Amino acid sequence: MNAVKFLIAAYVATWVIHGVYLGSLVRRFRRLRREEREVGKGK
Amino acid sequence: MKRLFPILSILTAIFLAYALYQAWWVAPTDAQQGDVYRIIYYHVPSAWTAFLLFFINFIASIQYLASAKPSTRTAAKWIVTVVGVVGVIACFLPAVQRLIPAGMRPSAVATTVLLIPIFYFVIGWLFPGDRLDVLAVTTAEVGVVFCTIVLVTGPIWARPVWGIWWAPGDIRLTSTLVLWLIYVSYLVLRRFSNSAQTQLLAAALAVFGALDVPLVYFSIWFFRTQHPQPVIGGGGSMDPHMLHTLLISWMAFLCFAFLVCWSRFRLELLHREIEEAHAMESLAGAAAGASLPLSRSVR
Amino acid sequence: MNSLWAVTTATLVKDIRLEWRSKDALNAMLFFSLLVVVIFMFSFDPLAEESRHIVGGLVWVSFLFASVTALNQTWARELRNQVLDAYRVSPAPANALFLAKVLGNFIFVSVLEALMTPLFVIFYNVRVLGPAWQLIPIALLGTWALVVNGTFFAAISLRTRSREIMLPLLLFPVSIPAVIAMVAGTTSILTGEESAHFYLVLLLTYDVVFTTACLALFGTILHAE
Repeated sequence: MNAVKFLIAAYVATWVIHGVYLGSLVRRFRRLRREEREVGKGK
Repeated sequence: MKRLFPILSILTAIFLAYALYQAWWVAPTDAQQGDVYRIIYYHVPSAWTAFLLFFINFIASIQYLASAKPSTRTAAKWIVTVVGVVGVIACFLPAVQRLIPAGMRPSAVATTVLLIPIFYFVIGWLFPGDRLDVLAVTTAEVGVVFCTIVLVTGPIWARPVWGIWWAPGDIRLTSTLVLWLIYVSYLVLRRFSNSAQTQLLAAALAVFGALDVPLVYFSIWFFRTQHPQPVIGGGGSMDPHMLHTLLISWMAFLCFAFLVCWSRFRLELLHREIEEAHAMESLAGAAAGASLPLSRSVR
Repeated sequence: MNSLWAVTTATLVKDIRLEWRSKDALNAMLFFSLLVVVIFMFSFDPLAEESRHIVGGLVWVSFLFASVTALNQTWARELRNQVLDAYRVSPAPANALFLAKVLGNFIFVSVLEALMTPLFVIFYNVRVLGPAWQLIPIALLGTWALVVNGTFFAAISLRTRSREIMLPLLLFPVSIPAVIAMVAGTTSILTGEESAHFYLVLLLTYDVVFTTACLALFGTILHAE
């Protein structure tokens, strides 16, 4: 039974890592869109 | 294009859910390891995906280096074609077959070798010029993410099964660790470099990394024959039902990886557009001061 | 081919002469190497039987750190005096400069190793049970492996922020197979438990592969701004 805890831990860890990366992508996208608007206004 | 992404995302999510269902309920329980072995359905597909992404990065890096001059570009195309043809033929020669490590079939090695020219030409066609470099940075980053998952799930699997978190002689996990280190250093170089030719430097590093990996594999392989170690992740043949589930899981993760790469690719393109816009702005500012005519587009 | 060797030798002789005149960097690195050996001696208690199994690893790790200090200043002089720009516009082959630097570093790191080895022998009471002569090719091939890649990555690091940390960051992952071979080879010779033949072949292969790669790509690196 104890072994199943490791199984769950592995699956959770996988999606946590993917989630963190996808989150960083979203954050970077938002920042770039903001910059894009500023550059557009500057012109 | 814009509507395609959300649709594909939903389909991929469904596919991943289906793969999870297969991994948890449909696949049979292992006789020796019990249910813990199901980690394999996340561990192995992540590894295969990471290796594929790093392979694409390697091909893109070589092509980027080769495309610097027309002479090197043609030379590279010829070399890659010859490697493919000779490699495939060589795999079926008895002398070469003796060199192939046990457990690998010659046809599998031949197919892998054939992928080199195929990938080279397909990637060159789909990603011309600077896009090669964008592809390189994309595959490196997403590859590191998947590689991290391999290195995290590996020890989590090893602990309940073997009682140890890590075995230094475990050839697969240790080679994966070195690959991870090489590509993290690649990403650090890209971030810390303030050269105009960062892309070339990074491509050179990628080539070094790719040359390194087989050497790592052989050094640990020999070390292991002298100091027998447990093989984490098991070896040998697999129950067909398990293999079936494994492949489904891999396909699902490939689709997921594709979407992540697509997003990262678009992010990088956007980033470069904005940098160029900034550059154009400063040029326009300088030109306005000197009242010089300025062309609209540099391409 | 003649011009390549002529330029290489000229640059190498110049480097050695300059280094010999101002011995500051040399002395500092020698002292650093000594310190590393002493720290290891205090950290890993040398009991006779076990020590033979770990000395190989300790020796090569200390060589690795010592060589990083030497490699970090490979291009420092060239940078200070804008020599690199002069080299880029001169007709001299880029590989001549690279080879000269690698040979210079090789000689320098070998000197460091020659001075550190007796200290290890003394502190760890090292007695070689296997064929001792094989330690020489391992030392030569291993040092070349570290130095050839180190000089190349030092050149790449020139164009980065945090130059000094960038070099080991790039060098260590790629050097792992060489380090495995060096350490396992040295240990197998010291303990006499197995043949070092495979490790020698691996080191030789590593050196050939990476020397070729460095020579092929150095021109590109040199001309990157």
